[in-house]
Amino acid sequence: MSGQWEAVIGLEIHAQLATRSKIFSGASTAYGAEPNTQACLVDLGYPGVLPVLNEEVVRMACAFGLAINATVAPRSVFARKNYFYPDLPKGYQISQYELPIVEHGELFISDAHGDNKRIGITRAHLEEDAGKSIHEGFAHSSGIDLNRAGTPLLEIVSEPDMRSAKEAVTYMRKIHTLVRYLGISDGNMQEGSFRCDANVSVRPRGQQELGTRTETKNLNSFRFVEKAINFEIERQIELLEDGGEIVQETRLYDSNKDETRPMRSKEEANDYRYFPDPDLLPVEIAADFVEAVRDTLPELPDAKQQRFVDDYGLKADDAGILTGSRALADYFETVAAATEAKAQLVANWVIGDLAGALNRDGLDIEQSPISATELAGLLERIEDNTLSGKIAKEVFQAMWTSERSADAIIETKGLRQITDSSAIEAVVDKVIAANPSQVAEYQSGKDKLIGFFVGQVMKETGGKANPGQVNAMLKDKLAK
Amino acid sequence: MAEGLHLQTLTQLAAGLERGEFSSLELTEALLGRIESLGPSLNAFITVTAERALAAARRADAARAAGAAGALNGLPIVHKDIFCTKGVLTTCGSRMLENFVSPYDATIVERLDAAGAVVLGKTNMDEFAMGSSNETSYFGPVRNPWDLERSPGGSSGGSATTVAARLVPAATATDTGGSIRQPAALTGTIGLKPTYGRVSRHGMIAFASSLDQAGVITRSTADAALLLGVMAGFDERDSTCLDYPVPDYKGALSESVKGLRIGIVRQHFDAGLDEQCAAAVREALAVLEGQGAVLTEVDLPNLDLSVPTYYVVAPAECSSNLSRFDGVRFGHRAADPEDLLDLYCRSRGEGFGAEVKRRIMTGTYVLSAGYYDAYYLKAQKVRQLIAEDFKTAFADVDVIAGPTSPTPAFKLGDKTDDPITMYLNDIYTIGANLAGLPGISTPCGFVDGLPVGLHLVGPHFGEETVLRCAYQFEQQTDWHEACPEAYR
Repeated sequence: MSGQWEAVIGLEIHAQLATRSKIFSGASTAYGAEPNTQACLVDLGYPGVLPVLNEEVVRMACAFGLAINATVAPRSVFARKNYFYPDLPKGYQISQYELPIVEHGELFISDAHGDNKRIGITRAHLEEDAGKSIHEGFAHSSGIDLNRAGTPLLEIVSEPDMRSAKEAVTYMRKIHTLVRYLGISDGNMQEGSFRCDANVSVRPRGQQELGTRTETKNLNSFRFVEKAINFEIERQIELLEDGGEIVQETRLYDSNKDETRPMRSKEEANDYRYFPDPDLLPVEIAADFVEAVRDTLPELPDAKQQRFVDDYGLKADDAGILTGSRALADYFETVAAATEAKAQLVANWVIGDLAGALNRDGLDIEQSPISATELAGLLERIEDNTLSGKIAKEVFQAMWTSERSADAIIETKGLRQITDSSAIEAVVDKVIAANPSQVAEYQSGKDKLIGFFVGQVMKETGGKANPGQVNAMLKDKLAK
Repeated sequence: MAEGLHLQTLTQLAAGLERGEFSSLELTEALLGRIESLGPSLNAFITVTAERALAAARRADAARAAGAAGALNGLPIVHKDIFCTKGVLTTCGSRMLENFVSPYDATIVERLDAAGAVVLGKTNMDEFAMGSSNETSYFGPVRNPWDLERSPGGSSGGSATTVAARLVPAATATDTGGSIRQPAALTGTIGLKPTYGRVSRHGMIAFASSLDQAGVITRSTADAALLLGVMAGFDERDSTCLDYPVPDYKGALSESVKGLRIGIVRQHFDAGLDEQCAAAVREALAVLEGQGAVLTEVDLPNLDLSVPTYYVVAPAECSSNLSRFDGVRFGHRAADPEDLLDLYCRSRGEGFGAEVKRRIMTGTYVLSAGYYDAYYLKAQKVRQLIAEDFKTAFADVDVIAGPTSPTPAFKLGDKTDDPITMYLNDIYTIGANLAGLPGISTPCGFVDGLPVGLHLVGPHFGEETVLRCAYQFEQQTDWHEACPEAYR
């Protein structure tokens, strides 16, 4: 980005709420069913049917509001957003307009300098998703799948507080982590359960007034968000520097070409004629309902991260990684509680070897072949000097593929570290006797040769000797 | 078998069935015979469900024999064609739904079925309940049995006519601005519109969601009370249906009106009300006064704003409610559409009639950006004022009484070119819809051989009071027994 330009970014994130049934009907929300098998008469917009609000979505929106330190509105109102589209069965989408359920929230991210930056969250409102038009596979017509129609969404609208694509992605990741912590969304981006629209504008650095913005729709991966925003920023700057003007419009990101393009203007020339839905009563939330939801809130990511730093003495970055998901954090804590090993060692193993192996095999932490207790068993053996760090990695790989415990593997493979002084001494003596010239060199002042001797001893013992012990014993004997 | 079954009320028929004087099957056959011979000239039915009715009557007779008779066991009724009936054509009076067979039953249909009612058919109505004369029906106007050249009113004109012509003792109906009460007044029947939220709207095809309410048209107040007792009550499928106990409506009828405070709205008797109608209503009020009711004048200062307010709110809601009729999933679909826009434009253009289109356009306009505040929002505020007026009035009175309609039945075609005059037909009834109040129209006299209705409005959930007042009036008069000559 040119130095004299500043980007201004706001995101509208759509998180699908993880309810079993739809927001206004009893039909299932399960993903991947045969087309139109999970759409009941309400979802199909049949004559005479009426929406009935699923209480669970209110609880979920409320939990989200509390988690972002927002106001949970004592009274919110569902409104109809009117437009015609074949995948919108009623000819209107039930959403919230003037009175959303959540307002005035905030979230903190680290900016480019590592400083805490506040991102305002204007509002979060409940709405129903539309169905899906299918254009491939039909000659001279289109198909419509209404399974998704009526799926509950929470639309989370940020303030235009972000200044780079990186910040936007950090914010979006943080929201993603948060909704999964709260258990209100599975956050599955491939299935479209978590997606966003990015509002982007640029202005000369130092200018207060906002530039004209564009809205890039339906970004369903963190990578696409970053790329689309960066493309948009570059495009706008280039256009302005060439004396052009930004048109306020809706754009689509094409990941194949890595560019954004304007949507057909016909689709956005709508006047949605919002008005309160007369089929639904205003949602009134009593203070005790809010308090009951507050009581069910889990420890939130920021608090957990701080606690990991304070209680376990972890590095802030490591604590951040470990608290990136509830499951990972729980895994870490289970290991830490089950072993005498230092917490930082546990963290290193979880973030390092375990995460690496999971990543290599495309597994989630929940699918780890090595359970937290099993990993604790391995770390115990490092802590009590049974294993060296190097051998421990070998044992870890064996555990990964064999489903056997660390102790069982150590026993069968005879990998127990040799800590018996007399046993080590015998090998040390043997190595010293076998290398007289190196001994002479060492004793004439070539201290670095100690590494050679240690290496020889380790080789002789198949890596099982305790390196610290070997080192000390060699130094002692060679000094004589 | 007893003669003259068609002249009996539900309550009388129930007693006859109970005494075994006739079976439900005999009753059903008798009424189906009348519908077949007298029905066509009235055009009151869109669908006659003879086979289903006979089967239901047999079931009812068997249930009675088995000692398992419901509250309405074997009693014949008809449904306004706005209520969804599973496996039966449900047209809403529109070409749009000319071939629509509902896959489910409306809640009230379910409840009446469960009580053992025998449904003889579905009645004609103004298209999507938008009209006050039944002339907007795609299936042609219904004729008033008191004068076939005249309108029975609307939109529940078919329901009112079938009851007035003694084709059936009772009919379900709906009322958004007077669509139960005005046709009841114009046909000499009793029309009850309950409190908004008293009866489930689930399965009732929506016109204006915040105003629509299901009710009944009958020939006796006791029948209205009987049916309401079955239809009313909470339904989890309608969020606007209130969870409020259902009282014993029939039990409440017998109490005298002595000391009942009846409010007379001064503005009701201003210019616009036919003088002879006014005289009939005044006479009716005198009857109630003679029974011990206390008449006092009340003021509804914003009443003159009710028609314009209604004609902003109702079209706004209808413009959105009718968006689902797009030719995509059900209902009329234009042949060989060129593209999506063509499919929409022609399906809706062909499927909807002129009055429906007029209201969709009005409603779309008042909700549009730049006009919303001036029209829709303003109308909602005025609606609040009107509701407040009623609330204030009900602090001093138990019932508000007046005319149901400014004139007796008018000739078909008389007002079709002038929507505003047509809209003014509902001037006395619309207020109760805007405020969500229960209202009843009961016959109170004749003008030139045409029935006149007395309109009684109660406070929220004041059904017992308006029913009692109508019932007690009925005990002193025989207007409700008057039957058009050709249908005796």
